[in-house]
Amino acid sequence: MPDRDPLFPSRVLVLGATSSIAIATLRRLAAPNRHFMLVARNGDRLTAVAQDLLTRGALAVDTWIMDLDDTTAHPEMLASAAERLGRIDLALIAHGVLGDQHAAEADFEVAAAILHTNFISAVSLLTWLGNYFQAQRGGTLAVISSVAGDRGRKSNYVYGASKGALNVFLEGLRNRIDRDGVHVLTIKPGFVATPMTAHVPHNALFASPDQIAQGILKAIHRRRDVAYLPWFWFWIMLLVRSIPNRFFKKMNM
Amino acid sequence: MSPSQARPQFESWGRFPKLFAEVRPLFWKEDFPASIAAGTKILAVGMGRSYGDVCLLQHGTLLTTPNLDRLISFDSGTGLLRCEAGVTLAEILDFAVPRGWFLPVSPGTKYVTVGGAIANDIHGKNHHVAGTFGLHIPRFELVRSDGTLVVCSPTENPEWYAATIGGMGLTGLISWAELQLRPIVSRRIRYRSTKFVGLDEFLALSQASAHKEYAVAWIDCVAQGRNFARGIFMQGEHDENPGPLTPLAKPKLTLPVDLPEFALSRFSVGAFNTLYYHKQMAKDRTGLTDYEPFFYPLDFVLQWNRMYGKQGLLQFQCVLPWESGTMGMTQLLEAITASRLGSFLAVLKVFGDAVSPGVMSFPVPGITLALDFPVRREVSFDLLDRLAGITADFGGRMYPAKDACMSPAHFQQFYPQWEQWAAYIDPAFSSSFWQRVTGRA
Repeated sequence: MPDRDPLFPSRVLVLGATSSIAIATLRRLAAPNRHFMLVARNGDRLTAVAQDLLTRGALAVDTWIMDLDDTTAHPEMLASAAERLGRIDLALIAHGVLGDQHAAEADFEVAAAILHTNFISAVSLLTWLGNYFQAQRGGTLAVISSVAGDRGRKSNYVYGASKGALNVFLEGLRNRIDRDGVHVLTIKPGFVATPMTAHVPHNALFASPDQIAQGILKAIHRRRDVAYLPWFWFWIMLLVRSIPNRFFKKMNM
Repeated sequence: MSPSQARPQFESWGRFPKLFAEVRPLFWKEDFPASIAAGTKILAVGMGRSYGDVCLLQHGTLLTTPNLDRLISFDSGTGLLRCEAGVTLAEILDFAVPRGWFLPVSPGTKYVTVGGAIANDIHGKNHHVAGTFGLHIPRFELVRSDGTLVVCSPTENPEWYAATIGGMGLTGLISWAELQLRPIVSRRIRYRSTKFVGLDEFLALSQASAHKEYAVAWIDCVAQGRNFARGIFMQGEHDENPGPLTPLAKPKLTLPVDLPEFALSRFSVGAFNTLYYHKQMAKDRTGLTDYEPFFYPLDFVLQWNRMYGKQGLLQFQCVLPWESGTMGMTQLLEAITASRLGSFLAVLKVFGDAVSPGVMSFPVPGITLALDFPVRREVSFDLLDRLAGITADFGGRMYPAKDACMSPAHFQQFYPQWEQWAAYIDPAFSSSFWQRVTGRA
């Protein structure tokens, strides 16, 4: 099985390649056998990440500048990725926005934009990639979701809903294509020290992007279905999920 | 589940003084200066491994750089590495050693950023042959708060190059730098450690090993009488026989709590020093060791500074020029020994003649002494003031990166060029150190 190979994955597509977790994961993968195709919105940042990977020894790095919100442009980009890489061993979907919860409460357009970026655009990518991987009869589809999708909380339920919907979609997709040898991995990080959380003070629960990256690679190699990262979030969310709504609705979280 | 709203506090390695500032991480070069509100006083800081307040800014905004950690290019033929300034020396070693390259200058910890190393123009055990870190930085980019990009080298904007190396981070944000690495064929260091008693013996050993790449001495600042100024002189060179380059996995220990103040009494320090001195039975010992324990013995315990308790610690490092002979150093050691505040970590080393390009760079040819003290109310400050006085009397100077209590008069005597150099300070940048020793904003 190629997936058990220590050199796996050698051909890697990353959507949202300038996110901190994606960068940390890519850096751990940078090695002479690896060919990357990186997709992100900001060309300067994308170049900085590509240079970093090449300097660290990656075989080749292709880049594609686009706003992943533009779902109509997805098929062209994905077809090009498949062509340049020859085969896709790993597709990592890492783009997303936290959004402004208060603005989203007042304005549906704001809420819809969050749902579009985190859920709809991911569905567009996953539809194409799911079929591609199914035809390829193998490969790993790793998607960065969040523990926030496990329960709706007043502080960020629009973001949480986008990730919760993503979790359900991935669960169904896994159910459909796992039998074709495709590994679908739902990654649920807790608090991570990234630009997304730079505005809040960091407590002891915060993990570094590299800790998350380490967990992602371990989950890929072990063909896990769902990975809470770091591991203790599994227990925290088990507890959070167990709170009955009649208490949960009174809580401030 | 939102994290606590407590005001973030950034501590220097000495954990003294305790100051408050807003902490803003930089993730991309373009985050600066675009995201900074006009009128805010700012300071870019790396890992916060300087000891006192050169990396602090009371009521200002600290821009932390460790996320600017991307490599830009590496020439495997010449060993020239270009990287963003938040890359740490630890990250460079992880990258370079397996490829057969090593840092040109290694300080006592590898957990410092390239930007911080330039800003403080750090030195290491090879100063007598290689000079300071800045001598191995052929080029870097400075970003000023008005958005101007200044590429600096000995030939491009040389005045900014000279002002920024050792410029305590005050001339702007260093965004990337080129670092000239040196080749190695093995991780191993061939070392020799020799016991000595007294400064004359230390100087004789230093002279005899002047051609060796690395040399430093540990000195006992507690022992008196016939054991006065006893120590262990360590010298080393990169092993020239091809050996392993890939690292061995090692667990890291973290000191999880602050030790109580009494943990570092003069009895425990005295006992430690006696044990350490006598651990080596023979007068002379030679061997091969991995570079990690040779260069970074303290990095093995992350956050060893917590050993000093919540109050933190004070560092003192000075250099006395050769003209003052050993008299000044003897007076310093006598004052420290008499105070009974001496520490585990007293280090003696000879600085060589290589001149740093940095205008404000600390090292000058002579003997340097570095050690730390617990923060013990007035006693420690009185002692440090006395040490600063002796340093001044003998024409020496103290190291801003390790200072928390130098007086303005002393600073201005040690660095008479300060006022001229100050023209290069970015108007938005400042530090609590700078405010303390100059009275300026």
